Amino acid sequence: MSINELQDQIIEEFSLLGEWMDRYSYLIELGNGLDNFSEEYRTNQNLIEGCQSKVWLHAELKDGKIFFFADSDAIIVKGIVALLIKVLDGRTPSEILDADLYFIDKVGLKEHLSPTRSNGLVAMVKQMRMYALAYKTKLGL
Amino acid sequence: MNYPVDSIREDFPILKRMVNNKPLVYFDNGATSQTPIPVIEAMNRVYYEFNSNIHRGVHTLSNLGTEAFEGVRRKVAAFINARHSHEVIFTKGTTESINLVAYSYGEACILEGDEVIISGMEHHSNIVPWHLLQSRKGITLKVIPVLEDGSLDMEAYKQLLSPRTKLVAVTHISNVLGTINPVKEITAEAHKHGVPVLIDGAQAIHHEMVDVQELDCDFYVFSSHKMYGPTGTGVLYGKEKWLDKMPPWQGGGEMIKTVTLETSTFNELPFKFEAGTPDYVGVIGLGAAIDYIEGIGREVIRRYEGDLYAYAFDRLSAVEDIRIYGTAPVRGSLVSFLLGNIHPFDTGMLLDKMGIAVRTGHHCAQPLMDRFAIPGTVRASFALYNTREEVDILVAALAKVRQLFG
Repeated sequence: MSINELQDQIIEEFSLLGEWMDRYSYLIELGNGLDNFSEEYRTNQNLIEGCQSKVWLHAELKDGKIFFFADSDAIIVKGIVALLIKVLDGRTPSEILDADLYFIDKVGLKEHLSPTRSNGLVAMVKQMRMYALAYKTKLGL
Repeated sequence: MNYPVDSIREDFPILKRMVNNKPLVYFDNGATSQTPIPVIEAMNRVYYEFNSNIHRGVHTLSNLGTEAFEGVRRKVAAFINARHSHEVIFTKGTTESINLVAYSYGEACILEGDEVIISGMEHHSNIVPWHLLQSRKGITLKVIPVLEDGSLDMEAYKQLLSPRTKLVAVTHISNVLGTINPVKEITAEAHKHGVPVLIDGAQAIHHEMVDVQELDCDFYVFSSHKMYGPTGTGVLYGKEKWLDKMPPWQGGGEMIKTVTLETSTFNELPFKFEAGTPDYVGVIGLGAAIDYIEGIGREVIRRYEGDLYAYAFDRLSAVEDIRIYGTAPVRGSLVSFLLGNIHPFDTGMLLDKMGIAVRTGHHCAQPLMDRFAIPGTVRASFALYNTREEVDILVAALAKVRQLFG
C-alpha cells in the first residue's frame, strides 16, 4: 500500500471508533503493540527529550528503504509513534520527505501537533524527516 | 461550613466554560489561578479611564495612575505586614524577584568561596539563578536534603550553616509535594549565624497568612498570577537594610536621580529597582486581587481550602493503585500522585479529555523528581473556588483512566 492508502486506512479505522475513549484505547493498544525496539537503541543520540515524556527513535537503511524503531515511556505517545511508523516504515527517503501526513488532522490528533507539546508529533515527524534527509544525502540521490 | 462557594464561582467567568464537551474542572491553580471579574474590571478601568505613564507626567491622568500604582504598593505592604511600603518592589514575578536578589545581593554581599543554602525541593527558579551566581562568582551551593515524607531534614540544615553561608533561599510551600516548610524556624536558625533568608512564597501567598515581620525573613517573593491577579506582575519584599546595600540590577528610566553622559546617580527605594515603565496595569490588577481576597477573608479562605484539601487527600488516597508524593505532617493546597505505572503525561492527557486540567511532568523541579526516582507526577492544586464535587469528578475520572489502561 502507498503512504496515502495507509493514511486513508487509518482514517477509516478511527472513524469507526466513536468517542474519544475508544480512540485513546486504540492508541494505548497500538502503543503496547509496538515492540520492535531493542535496548541497544536506547541511547542519548536516539532520544527526543521533552518536558513531558521521552521518545527514542532509531532508523536503519536497508535496500534503499528506511526502517524505524521507537519507544516511549508514555503509552499514548508510543501509540502515536506506532501510527507514524505504520505509515512511514519501509519507504524510500524521497517518499518520506515528500509525504503529506494529512491523517493526523483527520483522526483528531491535531492537538498533538502543537509545538508546546514538546514531545508531540512535531518533534517525531521532524526527526523521521531528518533521518530521511541524511540517508538521501548518503545515497547521493 | 458556611462558605459562599457558588457565588464565588460566579465571579470567575472562565469556570463556566466547557473543555472537550465537559464542564471545566480547573485543578492547575499552582501554575496559574483564574481571575475574578473585579480584577479584570480594575484593569479595564485603567485603559478606559486613566491610562498614561506613571511617575512622570504633571497631567491629571498620570497622577491618577501614579496614585493607583503607589496605592497598591501600600496595599501589598499591608497584606504581608511589611514595615515600610518602600520595601515592596514590583517585578515581573517570583522568578524575576529571585534573579534580582541573586544578582544584586550577590554583587554586594557574596564573594568567591561563600555559600548559599537552598533545599532539595526548590523550583528551578530558585536553583538556576544560584547556578548563574556560581559561575559568575565561584560560590558553593549547599542543599538541605528532603526526607522520604517530603519534609526538610532540619538537622542536616543546621549542620549546613557555616561562617561562609551568605544566604538561605527556600520555598515556603513545595510546588510538587505541598509540604509547608517551617520557614520561621529556618529563618531563626539562619539569623543565629547572622545569615539572611529568602523565602519563595509563590505557592504560599494565596493560601497562608504571610506576615513578613513575624517570619522575620529578609526577602519574600511571590507572583500575582497565582493569587487571582494578572500574569506578568510579582513582588520582591526585602528588608530596607538589605535593599539599601544592594546595587541596582537594571538601568533605565525611573531608577535614576541624575544622569549626565558620563555618570548616573540612583534613585532611592523602591524606585532604584524598578527601571523602565512598570506593568502598572498589572500592578493595579494585583491590588484588586488583594481586595478580592480580603473581601472574602484570608482566614475564611484558609479554613475552606484546608477542609477541601483534607477531603481531596482522603478521596485520592482511596483510589486504587495510587501513590501520593508528599505526606509531610504539615502540608496543603495540592496533591501530587502517580497512578499505577501509568506515565503522568498519559494520565494528564486523558484527564484533559474529561475536562479536568491538572499539571503533569517534573513541575520545574527535576532534582526533586530525581530524589524520588520518578519522571514526574500528576498534580491537582486547589484554589478558593474549587469544590468537593470537583474532587469527586477527578476521582471518578481516575477510575476511568485505570480502566482504559486495563
